Amino acid sequence: MKVYLDHGATTPVAKQVLDAMTPYFDKKFGNPASLHIWGTEAVDAVEKSRKLIAKRIGAKQNEVVFTSGGTESNNWALKGVAFANQNNGRHIITQKTEHDCVLKASKWLETQGFELSYLGVDNHGLVDPAELEATIREDTILVSIMQGNNEIGTVQPMRELGRICKEHGALFHSDACQSFTKEPLDLNKDKLDLITINAHKIYGPKGVGALVVKNGTKLTPLFHGGQQDPGRSGTINVSGIVGFGKSVEIADNKKNKLMKNLRNYLIDRIMDEVPNSFLNGHPEKRLINNANFSFKGLEGEALVLRLSARGIASSTGSACSSKKLEPSHVLMAIGRPAELAHGSLRLTVGWENKLAEIEYAIDMIKKEAKWLRDIGGCDDV
Amino acid sequence: MMYSKNVMEHFMKPKNSGTIKNADGVGQAGNIVCGDVMFIFIKVKDDVIMDLKFKALGCVAAIATSSIVTELAKGKTIDQALEMSNQDIVEALGGLPPVKVHCSLLAIDALKEAIYDYLKKQDREIPAELERAHERISKEVQGIEGKFGNFVEKQREFLLDKK
Ligand code: FES
Repeated sequence: MKVYLDHGATTPVAKQVLDAMTPYFDKKFGNPASLHIWGTEAVDAVEKSRKLIAKRIGAKQNEVVFTSGGTESNNWALKGVAFANQNNGRHIITQKTEHDCVLKASKWLETQGFELSYLGVDNHGLVDPAELEATIREDTILVSIMQGNNEIGTVQPMRELGRICKEHGALFHSDACQSFTKEPLDLNKDKLDLITINAHKIYGPKGVGALVVKNGTKLTPLFHGGQQDPGRSGTINVSGIVGFGKSVEIADNKKNKLMKNLRNYLIDRIMDEVPNSFLNGHPEKRLINNANFSFKGLEGEALVLRLSARGIASSTGSACSSKKLEPSHVLMAIGRPAELAHGSLRLTVGWENKLAEIEYAIDMIKKEAKWLRDIGGCDDV
Repeated sequence: MMYSKNVMEHFMKPKNSGTIKNADGVGQAGNIVCGDVMFIFIKVKDDVIMDLKFKALGCVAAIATSSIVTELAKGKTIDQALEMSNQDIVEALGGLPPVKVHCSLLAIDALKEAIYDYLKKQDREIPAELERAHERISKEVQGIEGKFGNFVEKQREFLLDKK
């Protein structure tokens, strides 16, 4: 049996999405920048997607700018806001469990004369709004807090954080790549100015995303060129954008419910049936498809590859699995001791998973965890 | 991370995993960076290593290298075993990803420690080089205990009581 439980890394492209995209490779291949009917046909398709995405996130159509994905959008949000608003201040706030691209862009901004503050998180991975309140200053130009964490799934209190940003006149950005269409998020109600989203976590194609930019937000472009999409240069990825729109269109509550049920079943049984297992992240405030465990007395890379040999896709934050041999910065930030970070396993379900697949995965996890603990001399520890 | 076919075979079906009751020597080595811990148990007769078993809490490479080290050392004299290098291990495994080469040192270290333990118990002379290696390795193990707490200690108690 083959069971894909790594939807947090990427999802398959859904059949409807693929079908919607296909004509835009050969029949409707035009460049939206062209004046002829091939061009206008492409423009129509792109605008249809833009409208769908804008509606889902509570934005106006012209507030959605397409990009090459989450990394570009996050880099653009941070660097673009920093450089366009440096006359108002050079202080930026983010937090410790952000995705690497936000943290690395932040570190780079420090070398450019910006001052960064990194908020801590509690044992469940939650940012404390009071800490934001205490950290935010007159010269804070931007606050960037992800909505749902990619590793442990913790979902932040966006509305509360947004309110604090607005009270202090700071722009508010969120990386919503993992949470988009899974958790409610609204540009205006959540007092956001910029939102990063992408397609390949929601059954769309890789290499396409968007930065939602509230009208009036000052933002320096990342790419200089023809400004094909307002504020963003580069030939428009029409087929990708069509797929992105379709993936948003088909993401609905029914599918969310399916994922949540499978995920809950998975967590309940693993916690019950694997001794010395711990849930990483918040018990309730977590992405509907995310489960993240730590198993004492085993190493995560070994578990991932044992499971892979059984046809199961998963991931880990163990030190041995990283290029730098460092444990996951997220597990460290929530205060997991080194030995627990060592044995972490992330499973992220999708709506195409079947209950029988989850049951098979649970059986294999039990078996392989036991095997690894035995070979490590830790079956009793 | 791409592992060779040979590494995956040793990882999926390791040879000589387990412990030896009344072992003639037991060695422990650990990797302070990632926190992996390994034990090797040896049985010696007429200066020849007749049997080896290992326990390894660690990554794919750590388990695979333990398996191959125990295989390669079986039947070797003490002196021959001490000459084994991590280069031999990496070659026998058909290569290791560069970041994983350090794991192959771990198994060699654990074997050295087992031999050290054996020679000590026999009241035999310890070669100067082995003495130096012992100092380095035991320091590393202590470092892990500092980082990973009583967990490593418990693992050791558990394993050594069992043997
Ligand atoms: S021993 Fe940790 S990377 Fe292999």
